[in-house]
Amino acid sequence: MTGFWSTVSAILWKDIIAELRGKDIVTSVLGFAILSLVIFNFALRPSPRLTPEVAPGILWVAFTLAGVLGLTRAFVLEKDQGNLQGLLLTPTGRDALYVGKMLASLVFMLVAEVILLPIFAILFNISPFQPGLLLVIFLATVGFSAIGTLFSAMAVNTRSREIMLPMLFLPVVVPVIIGAVVASEASLRGGGWTEMAQWMQLILVFDILAILFSAFSFNYVLED
Amino acid sequence: MSKSIIKAVLFVLSAGMMLLVLYLIFFWVPTERNLGISQRIFYYHVPMAWVGFLAFFFVLIGSVGYLWKRSEIWDQLAHSAAEIGVLFTTLMLTTGVLWAKPVWGVWWTWDPRLTTSLILWLIYVAYLMLRAYAPAGEQRARFASVLGIVGFIDVPIVYLSIVWWRTVHPQVLVGPVAQSTDLDPAMRSLLMISTLAFTLLFGYLLWERVSIRSYEDKLDSLKGTFESPLR
Repeated sequence: MTGFWSTVSAILWKDIIAELRGKDIVTSVLGFAILSLVIFNFALRPSPRLTPEVAPGILWVAFTLAGVLGLTRAFVLEKDQGNLQGLLLTPTGRDALYVGKMLASLVFMLVAEVILLPIFAILFNISPFQPGLLLVIFLATVGFSAIGTLFSAMAVNTRSREIMLPMLFLPVVVPVIIGAVVASEASLRGGGWTEMAQWMQLILVFDILAILFSAFSFNYVLED
Repeated sequence: MSKSIIKAVLFVLSAGMMLLVLYLIFFWVPTERNLGISQRIFYYHVPMAWVGFLAFFFVLIGSVGYLWKRSEIWDQLAHSAAEIGVLFTTLMLTTGVLWAKPVWGVWWTWDPRLTTSLILWLIYVAYLMLRAYAPAGEQRARFASVLGIVGFIDVPIVYLSIVWWRTVHPQVLVGPVAQSTDLDPAMRSLLMISTLAFTLLFGYLLWERVSIRSYEDKLDSLKGTFESPLR
């Protein structure tokens, strides 16, 4: 077990160092998310009265689409320099490789979201720093990176990988998106924990299933 | 030899039953009082939905079978079933949309059943796209198998989330009257016959598609052996 976690932390650390040097993923995710916020503002033109109703939806579209971008980058960077081959040649378990890559994606997305939230708060005049909303964002991001890492590893090995990942990812994460939007809306409206609990449970169940299944089946995705 | 007999029997049975079902729909079954003539599409719509789900269940079986046994035939089964499933889900969505406009007054409503069917369709369209874009051979079969299992596990969660979501928002429209329990006996038996006919058709199509798929694979491997010395 210690061997497992040392492998995981080695992969995670490798990705963090690469990201600190290149700042590739966080910058692109963040840039794309901010642009989405601005474009949605033009597309929906929410009046101050309507803002609390549409803001959670806008936030989650930005997070989801930016997340897809980040997840694609996660394996494109590995693949382009032949690094993935190197990782596969080492005697590491595929499950440890999965957990390491998934945690790295999770960290990058969370960092981007932490930077994005104040911008979102300023642009839409709302205060998103509530424990309920932060927990929902965390749980949903875990779900995104859990299933997204599995799909990204598949998509990177196909032709036209830029379109393949969203095609695979978006229909499958529908429960997470629905849960996150409804729970965020409840939180921003000032609703209590009981209102959000059902949705958090749904996202949590998705997270657990996604992590277990992906860790198990990563073996089949990266066989050679 | 016996294989071609099974195929012929499936073909004759499903063709005959489809004709019988058409006759029963237009000349035998009584017209529904509230929904009128448009309700007759129901005897195609519901069996098509059933065949779609059945086909995706076969995708699951083929996917698990492939990852377990690593034999080509399971992959051929999953791929063939997915194509038929997407075809019938498309037809199911189309007939549903056609029926909804005159009866509900809208082409589409984000009702749990409709929305889940649409997501289901999207997942398996992505499955076929993955098969088209992945490098041919054993890697493609593995990728497809993983997605075939994910898709099947995901659909109940999608359904649950959409049911909860719809209860948060007010229901705009009431569901079809025809789907309540007090279905007329003639209508019920026609639905059963039609479902049986469509299931036989599914069996025939699956059989035919799997055998074509296996010929395609053989052809591909033959091409490989003949072309490789020249390159």
